[in-house]
Formats: sequence, C-alpha cells, structure tokens
Amino acid sequence: MTMAHDTTTHDTEHGMSNAGYVRIAVILAAITALEVSTYYVDFGPFFMPALMIMMVVKFLMVVSYFMHLKFDNRLFSWLFYAGLILAITVYVIALSTFKFFVS
Amino acid sequence: MSADAAAHHTSTGLSNVKLGMWLFLGSECLLFGGLISTYMLYRGRVGEGPTPSQVFDIPFTSVSSFVLLMSSLTMVLAVSAAHKNDDRNMRLWLAVTGLLGATFVGGQVYEFTAFYNEGMGFTTSLFSSSFFVLTGFHGVHVTVGIIMLMSLVGILKRSKVPGSKSETVEMIGLYWHFVDIVWIIIFTLVYLIPA
Repeated sequence: MTMAHDTTTHDTEHGMSNAGYVRIAVILAAITALEVSTYYVDFGPFFMPALMIMMVVKFLMVVSYFMHLKFDNRLFSWLFYAGLILAITVYVIALSTFKFFVS
Repeated sequence: MSADAAAHHTSTGLSNVKLGMWLFLGSECLLFGGLISTYMLYRGRVGEGPTPSQVFDIPFTSVSSFVLLMSSLTMVLAVSAAHKNDDRNMRLWLAVTGLLGATFVGGQVYEFTAFYNEGMGFTTSLFSSSFFVLTGFHGVHVTVGIIMLMSLVGILKRSKVPGSKSETVEMIGLYWHFVDIVWIIIFTLVYLIPA
C-alpha cells in the first residue's frame, strides 16, 4: 500500500506512469509509420497538410509528455516556446524575402 | 541537497539549472531554424550533382528515425527511475539510450558514406552542402548526448554525481529529447517532402 502510494505520488509529481510513457511511444511510432506511408501512397492534395500536422503532433507530444512541459512550471514553457516562436517568425520572414512561398 | 530543496533557495522558487537548460533549448531553436531554412532554400539547387530523390533511402532513414524515437522512450524511463531512486534501472535505461543513439549515429555515418560514393560530396552543390551541414550538426548534437549519457553512467556507478542526481539525469534527458524533436522536423521536411 505504502509503496503503491509512493509510486503514484512520484508519477503525479513528475508527469506520467511508465505505462503512460510506453503508450505515448506507441502512438509516436504509429504516427511515424503513417508519415512514412505518405512516401508510398498518393495522398493527393492532403499530402503536405497531413505531413505537417503529423510532424507538429509528434513534436508537441514529445515536448509535452517526454519533456514534461505539460506538467511543469509555465515559465519553462514560456522560455522554450518564446525561442521557438522567435525562430519560426525570423525564418519565415527570411524565407519570404527569398520568395520561398511563391509557387 | 535535493533538486526541490535547491529550487527553494532561488528567487523564482525554480531550479536555476532547469531554467538555464530551457533557455538554452529555446536558443537552439534559432540555430536549427537557420540551418533548416537554409536547406529549404537550397534543396532544389543540385547543379550537376544528384537530386534528393536519387540519393535518399527512405526505408533506411525511417528505421533510423524509429530508433531515435524509441531512445526518447528509454530516456524518459531513465528519468522516471531517477525520480524513484531506482539506481539500477536508471543506469540500465541510460545505457540503452546511449546505445540507441550510437545506432542512429552509425546509420548516419553509413548514409553519408553511401551519398559520397554516389557522387554527392560536401561541395557538389548547394543542396549537398546545406544537407550535410544540417544533418551533420544534428549528428554532432546526438554524439555529444551519447558522450554525456555514457559519462553519466560511469559517474553514477562511482556515486560521484555533484548535486541532485535526479536533476542531472533530467537535464540530460531534456537535451536528448530536444535532439529527438529536431529530428522529427528534419525527417519530415528534408526526407519526406520532395524538393
């Protein structure tokens, strides 16, 4: 009872149980398999949006669950996402100046 | 002193080491963002060299990606064991993470060699230069992670970790997961989206 309680307390303090992490890894592996399938199967106009969505979902799952941002203090999220958003903004502007998004 | 106890002595009530690590990872987004943008800009500039679709081996890279993804699972299991003071499992999962990372780097070395043999050297074209710089930088990050993991396993065995053991494992874990999320982006943008 005490040990079970201790384990639960640790899991709650630091995120998820080990079984939870394995479940996340299985989902990530399944999404990766789906991503790879887009190379062999013609998804038509959904090809690019599907790949981008799957990439973002995998990114957020690792950051939120494996890196514990979902369970940690919000200041850590601010520090990381500030860098990420700054990088995306700077480089989207840089690529736009080279007419990267013009087909 | 535990991580929580150390954190209570800071002005934010949070661990300064952890704050520093997240700040570092935020700044790393700018580094990799620059390298990815440069690749996206130059991936069509193949000159007389081979095109991405001619050299990329998607099944091979997919397996490498899967290996790196699974190393994130073993890393988080090491962090979980560290928080539970389960030293044996912590060392085991750290070593497995290092081995999976070494498998990934080995795959990258094989891939680079294959590309070179197919006529794609570092200076062959703008595409090849930007590709090798981007994936090479990532590979160096993975290698640094492996060195940190293996050093930590050795230090833990001698019980000579300065400060909080669980926090040290967690910090290396954050770095390792970051390397994984960078590869998630590289795998999609570089390998799966045709030029």
